[in-house]
Amino acid sequence: MRGTLYLAWRYLAFHRVKTAILVGAITLIVFLPVGLRVIVDQSSRQLTARAEATPLVIGAKGSPTELTLNTLYFSSDVPARTTYAAASEVADTDLAQAIPMYVRFRVRDQPIVGTTLEYFGFRALKLAEGRQMAVLGEAVLGSRAAEQLGVGPGDHVVSSPESVFDIAGVYPLRMPVVGVLEFTDSADDDAVFVDVKTAWVIEGLGHGHQDLSQPEAAAGVLRREGNVVVGNASVMQFNEITPDNIDSFHFHGDLSDFPLTAVVVVPPDQRSSALLQGRYQTAELSQVVSPSEVMDELLGTILTVEKFVIAGAVTVGLATLATAFLVFALSLRLRRRERETLFKIGGSRAAVATVMTSEIVAVLAVGVLLALLLTFLTQRYGDVIIRALIR
Amino acid sequence: MIRIEGLRFRYGEGDFQLRIPELLVEPGTTTAFIGPSGSGKTTLLNLIAGIIRPETGRVETRNVEVSALSDPERRRFRVTTVGLVFQEFELLEYLSVLDNILLPYRIHAALQLDATVRDRARALAERVGISDKLDRPPRRLSQGERQRVAVCRAVLTDPPLLLTDEPTGNLDPVNRERVLDILFDYVRESGTTLVSVTHDHEILARFGRVVDFRDFHSVGEAGVS
Repeated sequence: MRGTLYLAWRYLAFHRVKTAILVGAITLIVFLPVGLRVIVDQSSRQLTARAEATPLVIGAKGSPTELTLNTLYFSSDVPARTTYAAASEVADTDLAQAIPMYVRFRVRDQPIVGTTLEYFGFRALKLAEGRQMAVLGEAVLGSRAAEQLGVGPGDHVVSSPESVFDIAGVYPLRMPVVGVLEFTDSADDDAVFVDVKTAWVIEGLGHGHQDLSQPEAAAGVLRREGNVVVGNASVMQFNEITPDNIDSFHFHGDLSDFPLTAVVVVPPDQRSSALLQGRYQTAELSQVVSPSEVMDELLGTILTVEKFVIAGAVTVGLATLATAFLVFALSLRLRRRERETLFKIGGSRAAVATVMTSEIVAVLAVGVLLALLLTFLTQRYGDVIIRALIR
Repeated sequence: MIRIEGLRFRYGEGDFQLRIPELLVEPGTTTAFIGPSGSGKTTLLNLIAGIIRPETGRVETRNVEVSALSDPERRRFRVTTVGLVFQEFELLEYLSVLDNILLPYRIHAALQLDATVRDRARALAERVGISDKLDRPPRRLSQGERQRVAVCRAVLTDPPLLLTDEPTGNLDPVNRERVLDILFDYVRESGTTLVSVTHDHEILARFGRVVDFRDFHSVGEAGVS
């Protein structure tokens, strides 16, 4: 048996390019439908679990899917903005807890999630090291965000400009990292959490600068109108909030008009939930969505698409399989003389059959094994792929 | 060594028919089968080797009635008792020269490949002048070298019977003489019985006996011995 297996191995090694192509084809034939099924199953589980843990989301009128994906997974597609007033309105009803969310900016690839401390309680997020954010400008990182950015408590992260051409827009804000959360295997692991007011500072709605009432800032005064001092362009703005300059930070305008991407609404019971949803049904500028319903709809679409994709993959697979067997058949025909030689010399029936079928068996076996390996890797790392796709 | 009695063979429904009332080949002799194409020389070689079976009659080699053996028994018989050399060499392109020589030991459990066999393969290669090409694939050998590899493969098992089918048919005169020298030296030293099919009348002088299939057919039922 060893001898015939050696011959089989030598044949495959000699025809390695043909063998590799056939193995690749078989691997794809098996993996595509199976791997797709695994990805869809995993994404269904992930999307459903997080959606079900988020009772209601209020946002501006627009795409419910965009609103849900941004609020739950911090996706880069930013929905139409609502205002802080929306959060206040919900809180004022006493029907639910309202958690403001402002998910627009990024630290490199990691989303900056402007929210309040209530979010950590709502998601049951626990600190692995450091402490919670306490003052304006501080950041708490998800475990993967800390790993990706290579930072921990005591380090700093800097918000990224939204566009390199956005010279007059958002200025980078340097933020101290005060804590890192425990790993939760969710989108929270990728986030850079800051207070919602810090997110507004990044947007430029709040800022800190030299105190123009002080004599040393005289060069920065454009004019004085009673108690109002108007600064000129030379006034130095702070790009980091420190204990020394934190008192100089202030917001211009009415906080209730400040933007939010969403308000996570956590009613204590079904009744409160129904009442709230009823109130927003006729709202002109706002919408309330149930993330689980949005995700069910999205999954319905994904499953429909999956059926088409799998049908396509199976069709292509069958065609490829037919081609592969044609190659095998041609190969067997080309090896007819070899088969006759082995027979004439006195090769046993089993040995001749082994040598002749080794190509088919090896290609099928290795192809299926590789497909299983890919499926395992998809199962193991599928969630990472899904999160990257959602982001 | 080889005894054929009352042999009759036909390929399917065709016109070809081989009838050999009697044929005897003594052990240790060298015999050439000559005759026109289609006269049944190669068919007889295949019958002697047990590759095909006669419709009727007996084919006996070394006191074994080959024609009565089952397929597995005939395969075992061939791999242990018969060395075969073909006109087209029939080397496996995906094996090195050494692996081609060792081939019989890898295709039947009756033969066990060990260090002694490998040493013998190397010694045979040395003897026929291809020891420096053992790792090469057959496509990188000359025609003469390929046939020398085929001869090494045929004699590696030290078979008592060597059947060659036009072994020099594809060789130039120089290589033809060299391959024949190798074959006949081996036969003389080992006492192996050699039966060869050939169209090349220039080499007939080397054989102890020549069986002309035209004579054979003219003799008809009387047989040839």
